Amino acid sequence: MATVNHFYLNDEEICTDAPAGTLVLDFVRRHAKLTGTKEGCREGDCGACVVLVGELAGERVVYKPVTSCLMPLGEAHGKHLVTVEGLNGAALSPVQQAIVDEGASQCGFCIPGIVVSLTGYVMQRDVSIDTEGVKTALGGHLCRCTGYRSLKASAGHLQETVGAAVGVEALVERGMLPAYFQAMAECLQKIPPRRSPNGQAAPAFVIAGGTDLYVQRGEDIPEASVHVLNLHPEMKGIVRQDGAIRVGALTTFEEFAQHPEILEIIPEIQDYMFLIASWQIRNRATLGGNLINASPIGDMTILLLALDAGLVLKDGEQARATPITEFYQGYKQLAKTPSEILTEIVIPVPDASTKINWEKVSKRKCLDIASVNSALRVRCEDGVIQEAALAMGGVAPVPLLMTRTNAFLTGKPVSAETVEGAMPVVQDEIAPISDVRGSADYKRLLAQQLLMAHFAKLFPEEVSVEAFY
Amino acid sequence: MKRIDAALHTTGEAQFVDDVPPPADMLHAAVFGSPVAHGTILMLDTSAARATDGVVAVLTAADIPGENQIGSIIQDEPLLADGAVHYIGQPVAVVVAESSEIARKGAHRIKIDIEKRPVITDPREAFAQGEIIGTPRTFVLGDVEAAWAKCDLVLEGRCDIGGQEHVYLETQRARAVPLEGGVVRVYASTQSPYAGQKAIANVLGLANHNVEVDVKRLGGGFGGKEDQATAWSCLVALAAWHTGKPVELVLRRDEDLRMTGKRHPYSSDFKIGVMRDGMIRAYEAKHYQNAGAAADLSTAVMERTLFHSTNSYFIPHVKAFAASCRTNLPPNTAFRGFGGPQGMFVIESAIAKAAEALGMPREAIQRKNLLEDGDLFPYGQRVERGEATRTWDEAAAAYDLPGLRQRIDAFNAAHFETKKGFAVMPICFGISFTTTFMNQASALVHVYTDGSVSVTTGGIEMGQGLTTNLTSIAAQAFGIRPERIKVESTNTTRVANMSPSAASATTLLNGNAMMIAIEQIMDRLKTFAAGEIHVPDPAKITLDDEAVLYDGSETGWTWARLVQTAYLNRIGLSAHGFFATPDIYFDKKKETGRPFAYHIYGTAITEVTLDCLRGVYDIESVKIVHDLGRSINKLVDLGQVEGGLAQGLGWMTVEDLQYNDEGRLLSGALATYKVPDAYFMPDDLQVRFLEDAEEPLGPYGSKAVGEPPLMYGIGVFFALRHAMRAFRGAVDLAFTAPLTPERVLMGLHPEGVEAPPVAFGAEG
Repeated sequence: MATVNHFYLNDEEICTDAPAGTLVLDFVRRHAKLTGTKEGCREGDCGACVVLVGELAGERVVYKPVTSCLMPLGEAHGKHLVTVEGLNGAALSPVQQAIVDEGASQCGFCIPGIVVSLTGYVMQRDVSIDTEGVKTALGGHLCRCTGYRSLKASAGHLQETVGAAVGVEALVERGMLPAYFQAMAECLQKIPPRRSPNGQAAPAFVIAGGTDLYVQRGEDIPEASVHVLNLHPEMKGIVRQDGAIRVGALTTFEEFAQHPEILEIIPEIQDYMFLIASWQIRNRATLGGNLINASPIGDMTILLLALDAGLVLKDGEQARATPITEFYQGYKQLAKTPSEILTEIVIPVPDASTKINWEKVSKRKCLDIASVNSALRVRCEDGVIQEAALAMGGVAPVPLLMTRTNAFLTGKPVSAETVEGAMPVVQDEIAPISDVRGSADYKRLLAQQLLMAHFAKLFPEEVSVEAFY
Repeated sequence: MKRIDAALHTTGEAQFVDDVPPPADMLHAAVFGSPVAHGTILMLDTSAARATDGVVAVLTAADIPGENQIGSIIQDEPLLADGAVHYIGQPVAVVVAESSEIARKGAHRIKIDIEKRPVITDPREAFAQGEIIGTPRTFVLGDVEAAWAKCDLVLEGRCDIGGQEHVYLETQRARAVPLEGGVVRVYASTQSPYAGQKAIANVLGLANHNVEVDVKRLGGGFGGKEDQATAWSCLVALAAWHTGKPVELVLRRDEDLRMTGKRHPYSSDFKIGVMRDGMIRAYEAKHYQNAGAAADLSTAVMERTLFHSTNSYFIPHVKAFAASCRTNLPPNTAFRGFGGPQGMFVIESAIAKAAEALGMPREAIQRKNLLEDGDLFPYGQRVERGEATRTWDEAAAAYDLPGLRQRIDAFNAAHFETKKGFAVMPICFGISFTTTFMNQASALVHVYTDGSVSVTTGGIEMGQGLTTNLTSIAAQAFGIRPERIKVESTNTTRVANMSPSAASATTLLNGNAMMIAIEQIMDRLKTFAAGEIHVPDPAKITLDDEAVLYDGSETGWTWARLVQTAYLNRIGLSAHGFFATPDIYFDKKKETGRPFAYHIYGTAITEVTLDCLRGVYDIESVKIVHDLGRSINKLVDLGQVEGGLAQGLGWMTVEDLQYNDEGRLLSGALATYKVPDAYFMPDDLQVRFLEDAEEPLGPYGSKAVGEPPLMYGIGVFFALRHAMRAFRGAVDLAFTAPLTPERVLMGLHPEGVEAPPVAFGAEG
């Protein structure tokens, strides 16, 4: 039995019994007949379908751009979806005008999505409107016509027209948003919350962020029964408790990387993010989803492996804990029953003498899937390695914790000789295959290079790259 | 002037084919493509597809009422496979249903049994087996055989150049609407409305005038919707013909990637003879083009490889050979540059090899051998008003080329694992369709009684700014405000027999045709006005900002009054203009002539930083001096230069098309086929337009701009090579593109890593 999904699409209240697994993109284009939102790839790579999702946070609505081709309609409940049409006012908005003024629209197919993302960027608090900043918004978009310079140049215009304006009121005043945005918090507060979109006890699909699930099973999900986890806000959030950081499985990559607790233990996390995924995807992709997806190359999975995270799995009210190191049994095979849901990730807080580094090499530097990725957590005292946790992705059927390499490193001095000594152990431990992301030989070479990179970056005094050549 | 349609783009109001509200009972199509790259169809069972709820029809080759043939240059391409299949994804059947999901579900249920035959994916192998499309061709200048002995140094090498997927953001699509009297109208996303019209008529057995093709705008084309758009238009027309209902087909990205052809991969051999001082005396190239399974435009693409085989250089002795080789990949096709980039990559590689052997900076050899006026191209045309040296010298001065080398040398001396590199990339690109007859265009211009103007040409708006250019040109030609001008959709009932929007010549051809039409209307209006205003010489009447002037002075008449009065006096306010590029010809028997109206020149300087430990790199800057005559619209032209560059940079670096030995596309999604993004492209991107370079052929002194800038992208390959050699000068680096991080890292570490021996009894 279908349940009704209740949300706002632009300035219109929508109640629909369309299946919960329907893509927001399909709903917007076909049912709502809002064709400004374009389909370019249906896998989150091009951004032509980006919409804003507004969610109540206390008295205000917080908006984030997401790719509507990877978002289940069932998750729209209680939210405000905004397509390009919902941003149109009597005159062009400053974002729209900047694109026109710079000649930054050529064929125009990618432009509505870009307008939405740039608007969403300007709506964020505490962001700087400059070239580097707008790249955050443009990062999730492909434009095949421009070369991006003219799009980046929109930053200059926005500085002038929007400046430091913060909040819906100020943006409405500057013509950035239509006036109906001002009433939206009130509108959303009136929608009663709902937990399960279709009441199915044993859903065919459990969807967290959906950013990989829809890519793999996009044809099947709309017609199947689904369990939309994001209707469970209690599975989000990050707290520090008893020497550990407890991360809700539904915490998005973006929330994770912005959180002070995480920034404290991994200060460079923001630098990793732009290699991992676009802002639009980071707003959807969840840590739990990344772990359960079990890709041997999962970027967060590799990091969490090196951090020796613990996992909390729940089956109904029954909860159990398991170390991540025992979670991956074989290719896409997990030590969990089908009805168990990953609810929490528990990261032990490393002590002050611990260093963490994460490395990734992919064909395109940013927003591409890794050829090989790797994380290292290492604790040293007086120049001697006390504990090492090296994890690597893309070198085995599972995200690999390099137990033998770690054992080799432990007790050795931090030096180029130690790293050289570990190289054959690494090679012995991995078994990469050739695929579209690189030949097996290349991945072996990368495994060696990234081992060097870890040490050269964490211990520049003790280990120089030159020593290896 | 701002781009005409940009505001509509930003509000989402601009419509692409499937954004237009569908007619009531419209059906949706999905294509069933061959799962095998080469074989004989033993059995095709569509019964389960037909039995699917909501499926209206399943059509195969047997359902084609006319001729099952859509090949344009050579008739070797069936619309739907009949008896045999030649590449994975080749359309075998089309399923028509109430929704696209049902149509795809139906397509999944089609059963096919194919007896596999050997698959060829490599052009050299195809050549060896005699799988050659058309006839191999050779361009000759001087006598290379005699010249080798007189060279100080002769070097040989090989290039392997990858293909390139267009990644137009809007995938292939078309919508057919059956009209009364057996007429079919197709709303298509095509660069070639006329080719589509002809093919549909041929497939349905109709006269051309019973097929109407209409094109509003394309969400990118880049050559990928020149010939490759035709099949989808034909399939929806066929489906509409059978069902009597409107039918739409929109390819999903994965289908588009799998089913459509791309830029041709090439494998080439070169031989270059140089003197100690860096002068190039002789050059020989052999190009093996990977054409895919059908001719498509391959022979024309191959021809342009030959035309551009010496890029911007004068070489007295040249022999360039090329063969189009048939393989079991989708038919490769036009892509911005049209074979030119591959030819240029090979000569640039040869120069790099020579420079490395001579121990000279690569740019020293390049500069020494640049074309000068009067020099001969290897196809008999002489350089006229060449700008090779001027763009080079301006770039070198404006962007401080000598300082750049010093700065990079100093950086490299001070850093171990991080190296910088740079390259200068001059380009020379001939403007005109190399098939001479295609250099013609028509336009239809109406002036309405309120003074507003409607323009239709044969050109397609695909993001290149044609509409904006035409509006500017028309406003200027009439002497009225641009708001008066409306450029209509491109439609085969309003303009007939148009050439595709391609070869960078769309504004040149269609702008001139439109100006000729406008001139006819203006001649009539001026003659009429002279009588009304009582002035002797109609030729002295001009319009400026809607005011009618005589000999430069006000007459009191306005455009609005002139038009209204002329109408009441029965003066024709519509005209059709026709333009054919003058003074071009080519003799294919002798392989000489004057195929190009003019050439485009320019020079780019590219700087990169390479992380030699990880093999990843950043493009720091690209700085360009480009020749585009007198710009009609600087925003439009800048967009073309920067966008072309981006595609060229992508082609040389991260755009990695991979097919396996079975002819299956491995990089068949945008998750695996990466194109430049906002981070990949350098923030420091500078473009200067050459001054005083007006082209009399116009319109208004402008030159073509679409394709040439792509070839600036070739520079990044050699800039990376420079950085790689700075890290390890001794390694022998291949001329294999794209230069992915994998190729960089493997190139820097040819010794590799030894894989451990598999322990006895261990799992494999």
